[in-house]
Amino acid sequence: MEINRIKRKILQVAHTAGEGHLGSSFSILDILYVLYNKVMNITPENIGSDDRDYMILSKGHASLAHSAILEDQGFIDNKQLYSYCSHESILGGHLSRCKVPGVEASTGSLGHGISMAIGIALASKIKNIENKVFVIVGDGEINEGTFWEAMLLGAHHNLDNLWCVVDYNRSNDRALKLDPLDEKLKGMGWDVASINGHSHKEIFDALCKDSMQKPKAIIANTIKGYGIKEMENNPAWHHRMPNAEELASMLEELS
Amino acid sequence: MRSQLVKTVSKIIDEDQRAVLMLGDIGVFAFRETIKEHPLRAFNIGILEQSTISLASGLSMRDLIPIVHTIAPFLVERAFEQIKVDLCYQELGANLISVGGSYDYAGLGPTHHCPGDVGLLNQIPSIEIIVPGHPEEFDKLFRSNYENERTTYFRLSSDSNSTPQDVVFGKNSILREGKDLVVIVVGPLLQVAIDALEDLDVTIIYCTTIKPFDTSFLAQYPDKKVVIIEPYYSGPILTNILRQTESLVGDYTSIGVPNNFINKYGSKEDIDHLIGLDRETIRQKVVTKINE
Repeated sequence: MEINRIKRKILQVAHTAGEGHLGSSFSILDILYVLYNKVMNITPENIGSDDRDYMILSKGHASLAHSAILEDQGFIDNKQLYSYCSHESILGGHLSRCKVPGVEASTGSLGHGISMAIGIALASKIKNIENKVFVIVGDGEINEGTFWEAMLLGAHHNLDNLWCVVDYNRSNDRALKLDPLDEKLKGMGWDVASINGHSHKEIFDALCKDSMQKPKAIIANTIKGYGIKEMENNPAWHHRMPNAEELASMLEELS
Repeated sequence: MRSQLVKTVSKIIDEDQRAVLMLGDIGVFAFRETIKEHPLRAFNIGILEQSTISLASGLSMRDLIPIVHTIAPFLVERAFEQIKVDLCYQELGANLISVGGSYDYAGLGPTHHCPGDVGLLNQIPSIEIIVPGHPEEFDKLFRSNYENERTTYFRLSSDSNSTPQDVVFGKNSILREGKDLVVIVVGPLLQVAIDALEDLDVTIIYCTTIKPFDTSFLAQYPDKKVVIIEPYYSGPILTNILRQTESLVGDYTSIGVPNNFINKYGSKEDIDHLIGLDRETIRQKVVTKINE
């Protein structure tokens, strides 16, 4: 599978760098893959144009997945990817818009990305540009009050050019109760879909669905560490790197 | 000052298609014509300051020029992290205009006071901080800076000096020369300082840009005592002199708002007297310093 090729690269980079959030990265990789390969109008060539599409990774700690996708799409090169988190690298544990081509926002502090995406989407309305704006948020970060402020803003301004994907990998179940999340988001005035966040078809269909006058929220039911049995839903792998033996085993599992 | 804010910003919204005004549910009536004429670029965004700043960041990413206006404690203290991360760290331009600092809303108590705004924002690298002392100064400084692709904080107050000075962003003005000591006075405190020090033989330097602070004058007065008169918690100018010159050689005194909650109501003038930012106390402190 094409996606496994990228997962293998992510594991190798994490092993080399000794840094990265693998669980979160594998949780959202399918979403990023579909966005960049099948949905978004964004390339290294059109990155300077205003009417392309935009994507903010609000759960910035999944930067390893974003970095691998940006390399796969030609925004950065292989050497840059393998420099991940080294002192002179342009890539860090949270990506900077001032360093990395293709990164719209410097995220890391949770709850900021969606309101920045609201600003980007509102700018398209002000400029009368028809493009699409996507933001990926984690379930933990929607504890933040600013997420709910943004829900109000998106609905009030009828931002039908905005898609918010919630990476619902249940990492937040140990903190606040979010269910029924779909009802809560619908109640905020958003068009809501609940999907399997690892099914490329379901992701594609939800990201392409249009609903006039309403912003879209996609609850992507995902598995943290998806694709590696040892890692799936295992909190120990939230911020752990594979040693040489584990790496070999994981690469074999993905082959 | 508020009526100048409406005039200046409304004209810019009229003239510059990139400018976007967001009001935190204040000044809505005063800006009603602008909101009516430019519904896509002038809004009452609501009472959600943190998201408003992040939203402003998104607008700025698309080469628009956000102008955010609300009361100082909510604009600065509530949304501090968004100003730091979403605007300044990301090297994005925005204009933040407050009213109410330090204790213009004297009767409303400490929830509406904000003597800490300048010191707090002064901790953010790259931000610009402007404290005009007259409506015409605000007009000039805003027009010169609003599209400079940096985040700039404009602190407007209810007090205003009787006449405007010929202010330039990033420059202090030497208003008069004297022998006994040097007074640096910030924005709306100029009038009270001039009145208090009228017959004293002191140099008066007028400052409206706190950051970046103009230290060029310091070399002219190497042996002088320096008194800083500032309308917020003492310290930002001293900090900036230290940061920019890497030393604080000299004899500095700051007359500012004491670092206490002001648990009294009344008028702004009542508070001025209470904390010693009135004419008599300022004069007394400067005379004491001269005689030390």
